Amino acid sequence: MSTIPADALPLKAPKDQGPAHDAHHDADHKPGFFTRWFMSTNHKDIGTLYLIFAIVAGVIGGAISGIMRAELAEPGIQILSQGWPLGSGTANFDEWAHHWNVLITAHGLIMVFFMVMPAMIGGFGNWFVPLMIGAPDMAFPRMNNISFWLLVPAFCLLLGSSFVSGGSGMGAGTGWTVYAPLSTSGSAGPAVDMAIFALHLAGASSILGAINFITTIFNMRAPGMTLHKMPLFVWSILVTAFLLLLALPVLAGAITMLLTDRNFQTTFFDASGGGNPVLYQHLFWFFGHPEVYIMILPGFGMVSQVIATFSRKPIFGYLGMAYAMVAIGVVGFVVWAHHMFTVGMDVNTKMYFTAATMIIAVPTGVKIFSWIATMWGGSITFETPMLWAIGFIFLFTVGGVTGVVLANGGVDNYMHDTYYVVAHFHYVLSLGAVFAIFAGFYYWFPKMNGKMYNEFLGKVHFFLTFIGVNMVFFPMHFLGLDGMPRRIPDYTPAFAEWNWISTVGYMVTIAGMAVFFVNLFWSMAAGKKAPDNPWGEGATTLEWTLPSPPPFHQFSTLPKID
Amino acid sequence: MKLIGWAIVLAAAGLTPAAAAQSPQASEPVSAAATQPAVEGAVDHSAHNMPAPAAQVTPPTPGFGVPDGRKGNQEQVTEIGREAQSFHDNWLLVLCAVISVVVLGLLGYAMVRYRRSAHPVPSRNSHNTTLEVVWTLLPVLILVAIAIPSIRLLRHQYSPPKADLTVKVIGNQWHWTYEYPDNGVSYDSYMLKERDDPTRQPGQRARTDADGPPLLAADERMVIPAGKVVKFIVTSNDVIHAFWVPAFWNKIDANPGRLNEIWAKVDRPGVYFGQCTELCGARHAYMPIAVEVVPPARFAAWVGSKGGTMPGAAPPRPDSTAISPVTDARAPAAAQPEPNAGSPPAADPAAVRQPVTNQAATAQN
Repeated sequence: MSTIPADALPLKAPKDQGPAHDAHHDADHKPGFFTRWFMSTNHKDIGTLYLIFAIVAGVIGGAISGIMRAELAEPGIQILSQGWPLGSGTANFDEWAHHWNVLITAHGLIMVFFMVMPAMIGGFGNWFVPLMIGAPDMAFPRMNNISFWLLVPAFCLLLGSSFVSGGSGMGAGTGWTVYAPLSTSGSAGPAVDMAIFALHLAGASSILGAINFITTIFNMRAPGMTLHKMPLFVWSILVTAFLLLLALPVLAGAITMLLTDRNFQTTFFDASGGGNPVLYQHLFWFFGHPEVYIMILPGFGMVSQVIATFSRKPIFGYLGMAYAMVAIGVVGFVVWAHHMFTVGMDVNTKMYFTAATMIIAVPTGVKIFSWIATMWGGSITFETPMLWAIGFIFLFTVGGVTGVVLANGGVDNYMHDTYYVVAHFHYVLSLGAVFAIFAGFYYWFPKMNGKMYNEFLGKVHFFLTFIGVNMVFFPMHFLGLDGMPRRIPDYTPAFAEWNWISTVGYMVTIAGMAVFFVNLFWSMAAGKKAPDNPWGEGATTLEWTLPSPPPFHQFSTLPKID
Repeated sequence: MKLIGWAIVLAAAGLTPAAAAQSPQASEPVSAAATQPAVEGAVDHSAHNMPAPAAQVTPPTPGFGVPDGRKGNQEQVTEIGREAQSFHDNWLLVLCAVISVVVLGLLGYAMVRYRRSAHPVPSRNSHNTTLEVVWTLLPVLILVAIAIPSIRLLRHQYSPPKADLTVKVIGNQWHWTYEYPDNGVSYDSYMLKERDDPTRQPGQRARTDADGPPLLAADERMVIPAGKVVKFIVTSNDVIHAFWVPAFWNKIDANPGRLNEIWAKVDRPGVYFGQCTELCGARHAYMPIAVEVVPPARFAAWVGSKGGTMPGAAPPRPDSTAISPVTDARAPAAAQPEPNAGSPPAADPAAVRQPVTNQAATAQN
């Protein structure tokens, strides 16, 4: 591991304002509206843009899941047959069914690429990595801007793909995995091409962002901030950035091959031309499995900050925590085929991937136990961020143990592609990553906005969401075990009861989200003024030494860490 | 949908003479209406009830092969399935529950014991090497304890005994094709639509309860003999599908241009349902798998009714009797110390009927 002594590095930050930095040309001089928000080179503004983007995408992705839960509320086709939200109420049954596939595809892609990743990496990463390492900004501010603005056309392409033909109906109905040959010979029309281009742009955006984070973290730490003194959130973004850098080019290659298979008569994934549809799955999941750690590692980082802050204790086993994330990142690259246990693999291959996958549970267990040990002996208060973080620990554990079940190749050939898998990955994403995002959002909201959120509404939001998402996703374990496949708009009546409970849970969750938005807008308009550090002695990272909100440019004089 | 249904109830009860004449049991319209919204449906209703092919169709047994809203795996009807289910229920599920409860308990204890009002001065402890080593090694031990039966299960799943019957399963958008290459039988299997389904073609048979539950019943079931080792060769004509009957545990993708193989030895006659489990386009939800497991004699009769022949009628297979004793002799040495009880006998279909374990690892995978 590269332990770079901070002193060995060259000058860490561009002192662009010179040593004679004076008050009237001060750090809070902001450019005009258009220049500030559309041509931004300021990490905090770009972070804000990312967060707004993630909220918008999250609302769209969440609304899509609402349509899906409404359709699944009872057996039969009720919602899709209204032709809503796409199409025109056509009587063509295949178009209804195709719309379902468009919904699941859009939900998955939006939540992965346009909600979780922008919120965690683009949003909180941009905002707080420079603040936490004592840097004035990101290493490549203009590239930072490009990273964000590539996401916007990517999102437009993905949404736009819903309005052009994709085979049986409008839109790309391939699932977020875009498996060939359903995505090649199985999907005529330009919709899948647009979705592929959306992924290309989103991938390029993430790769540029990853380069930026790696460079910033390696070169722009304040004097004395060694790698082993970095806050765990910065560690988590560093590991995530490496995963992005290594995994996304593989996805880019795979979907480019899809594109040429679709448009230029290559046959990479077409057996009739000497290709292999399973090859696509290997390439996709070589990206796809690191991707799930990309979505959870920054959450680990945020939860670590929150738990330490509200326990008023330093994080327990700091080095173990940091290197557990490194281990998860490394091992995460060699377990991909556990997503393909039913594809027809050699038994020895399955045995290897079974064993390798289970190894991930060890560093993950270290993290869970260390969080609890951080709370142990602390002086804990239960502000909203802490509730989300504690909820995260428990629900991520539940999602983790079902992950160990699924890791067994001989058991997964029952669970694979059933609702059990849907339950599992929503426990680690929708209840893991999203809980971490809310923990971070409430934790840093006073810092970002300069105003306090409403504690009561925050707690109402937490409890409604906690109850709601468990109602949504826990019954899915039962559905999967009972044999309900994923990605179906209609089901046999035996599945009706648990599906109905799941849909009711969605309504509870939505009520929680409504409280969140009320809290958000109320707090921005009328929240109490936030002090520099609202969380007291437990909040020891550098961002709390700055005013709330921080000045437009911070750390013109670099802080010294001892 | 319900509103439409009720509207049709009223229409059928009050306005449609045909329907009124058809149903002398005047108090029945509620139950009848629940399943017959469309007016054409009412007409079909009469046309349908009479042929009643249900007489020949074996209905599924509740609790076997059909989902029933339970909170666990479907009842397993193969040896391998029972081994996997037992591994899941008696070991994995227990560990899951214990770990979740331990974490929850520790969290809850810390939340109560170390809340600020009870514990105002936080300790500064942030290291404990012993503890950290323990909670790294303990999960390793647990994982080893999972991995051993898990790897054994995989080995059993991938050690098929010599097959008595081969069925080729071909996925299509959106139906299955079943071929019995040794019997000269081949046919397509489509989902049976509901009586009131407007997309049902005029001549198409509608689903009855004897066929199976909605969305799971198929017009032509796959038929396999009970107590025989059946090899499924699985492939696809277009996109990727997946062949899965939950009661047999195993699931395998149907990849175009590639052949996959799984096997099952079902010991209980009955009807077992499954669905395509890989997204395959618009009607992914509408290509069920229905497998009827019958006694070998009935299987032979079924093959005959399909215009096929049983290989037993042909000259005796030269290979089977010659090979199986050899592999039997080798199996115990090559495999783990498995109770290799019943040596799978000569491949004479009649002789196989006695209960034998299917664990005779015939090293032919």
